[in-house]
Amino acid sequence: MTKVYVSSVIPAPAAEVWKVVRDFNALPGWTPFVTESRIEQNAQSDQIGCIRNFVLRDGGRIRERLLALSDYDLSCSYTILESPMAVENYIATLSLTPITDGNLTLAEWQAEFDCAPEREAALTHQIGTGVFQAALSALKQRFGR
Amino acid sequence: MVQVRQSTVIDAPIEQVWSILRDFNSHDRWHPAIAFSEIDGGEPVDAVGSVRHFRLADGGELREQLLALSDRDFRLVYCLLEAPLPLMNYVASIRLKPVTDGNATFWEWRSEFHPPAHRREELVKLVTEGIYQAGFEAIRNLLRERPVASPLQARPPVVAPTPSAALPRVVSTMSSGQTAKTRAILVERYGGPEVLQLKDIALPPPAPNEVQIRHTVIGINFIDVYCRTGYFDLLRPPGVPGMEAAGVIEAIGSEVSGFSAGDRVAYACPPVGAYCERRNMAPDLLVRLSDDIPDETAAASLLKGISASFLLHDVHAVQPGSVVLIHAAAGGVGQLLVQWARHLGAMVIATVSSDDKARIVDRLGAHHVIVYSRENFAEAVMRLTGGAGADVAYDAVGNDTFGGSLAALGIRGHLVSFGQASGPVGNWDIGRFASKSITISRPNYAHYTDTPAKLSPHVERFFAALRQGVVKIEPPRRYSLSNAGDAHRDLESRRTTGALVLVP
Repeated sequence: MTKVYVSSVIPAPAAEVWKVVRDFNALPGWTPFVTESRIEQNAQSDQIGCIRNFVLRDGGRIRERLLALSDYDLSCSYTILESPMAVENYIATLSLTPITDGNLTLAEWQAEFDCAPEREAALTHQIGTGVFQAALSALKQRFGR
Repeated sequence: MVQVRQSTVIDAPIEQVWSILRDFNSHDRWHPAIAFSEIDGGEPVDAVGSVRHFRLADGGELREQLLALSDRDFRLVYCLLEAPLPLMNYVASIRLKPVTDGNATFWEWRSEFHPPAHRREELVKLVTEGIYQAGFEAIRNLLRERPVASPLQARPPVVAPTPSAALPRVVSTMSSGQTAKTRAILVERYGGPEVLQLKDIALPPPAPNEVQIRHTVIGINFIDVYCRTGYFDLLRPPGVPGMEAAGVIEAIGSEVSGFSAGDRVAYACPPVGAYCERRNMAPDLLVRLSDDIPDETAAASLLKGISASFLLHDVHAVQPGSVVLIHAAAGGVGQLLVQWARHLGAMVIATVSSDDKARIVDRLGAHHVIVYSRENFAEAVMRLTGGAGADVAYDAVGNDTFGGSLAALGIRGHLVSFGQASGPVGNWDIGRFASKSITISRPNYAHYTDTPAKLSPHVERFFAALRQGVVKIEPPRRYSLSNAGDAHRDLESRRTTGALVLVP
């Protein structure tokens, strides 16, 4: 089992950041690497079990199922159904926590997955830096710093 | 209940921040509110269950126990055991998370507690700003001052500052050579039993509308604990606690009629001030003692007897055949309620916390005694009453029993909540009381006793019950006045049965 964890301080209140990231179908709107996304079978994007089907800038296609969404904890968990990354048992969680000192937000994004041992370092870097941290950096910029 | 949640970002690696915060004995080296810290019994600082003893910058003392510590989650949980403030049921946690872009640390400090309603805002502000935000700032400064990765400065040999050195207040009444003095237990600040200190305080002659009483025996009641901790603000430091005593009138003011020097009297009423050898007070609520009522009996039972009288007759009129549930039945008021309710013809179901107490209550005549630590008392009441439930429940235990008391009541049952020895009962949605049309009473002693007209029927009824043997008072457990702190410790431990008294 491989684990990846990244986190950032987003310069905005948690409720505002949550408005952006809550939508399971909104990756093209706030991440730099997704060009298009749709929810399969016409489901709502906040329906637990719904599947987002999106295309990366490099042309790869990923399908992910929404496992949990909490407006109370400001968190969202999902699993990969299909991807070009050759990972298995992949479960990721994006969560927000208010930082009362300055009214900011801690954004955490973490994942667990299985993969071939020789691919572990590359995948950890790709997911941690190339995907999660890149998306959180975009989120920071979006809120102005 | 209130929840406080504060968080910040510290510009240092998580390992560095954690190395400071994980030390359960480190606060006196960084937090501005803490002057001195030590671990009781020399336990390791990272032993879950260890207790730290703080002396605050303002002289107060508190104890906190480590409930959980995780180096994996960078998390630490602790609770308050003793504090100079009524932060009831205070449980707090500290949690760190790494901020991976950059090398900073997210730090969350949160807690839950039950403040008394009238001090809620003040206490929330104190915890939020005086403890958590001040702590954030102190750690930030500490990390700024010291070179990266140097360990926290080794603890210098410290001599605990004596509390008196830190106490700003000197008893104002204790000076001039001419004024007479009396020995009294003085509470100079709210806190644990240790704040009950014997001092000499001034005793002026009685005012025109007062009498001066020499106490022979002083009653101890749980309300004295609430006064000592500040949970009730009947006592404002510096002040003398206590609302019950027996003694002899030694002097009377010029406007007082109906009493004279030498009269034997007792009282059970505010204002506080009974924990002393002599005091002055208005005579309105004094009770004259006849020869067949010994001082010790009066001091040990007047407040409890008056309480039992209005609880059984006014708050709820117990009738022959009533099913009456009585908690803490081996306690002071509990023992009276059991005997008296039985005499009134009720079916008495009593709960106690131990077998020893069960034997006592059994001897007092309870029809059924339930050891509630072993048996679900609500189920037992339903079983004993064939599912009908209790007509009235007398509950001074509070948090531990309130829900069970509701469950033990029958249709149109009456819950009389007259204390909270185990903590406040919390918030309840009254909508659910409709399922049994339940009535709740929260009687206040003063509202049944604060005029001679309200008080005297209860006194007469109680003394009559004593004379007729309807209620018997066990000899109380005696403590010398100077050992008031021990008496409170024993009372709060809930190990005592019957009454406690102080002897000047």
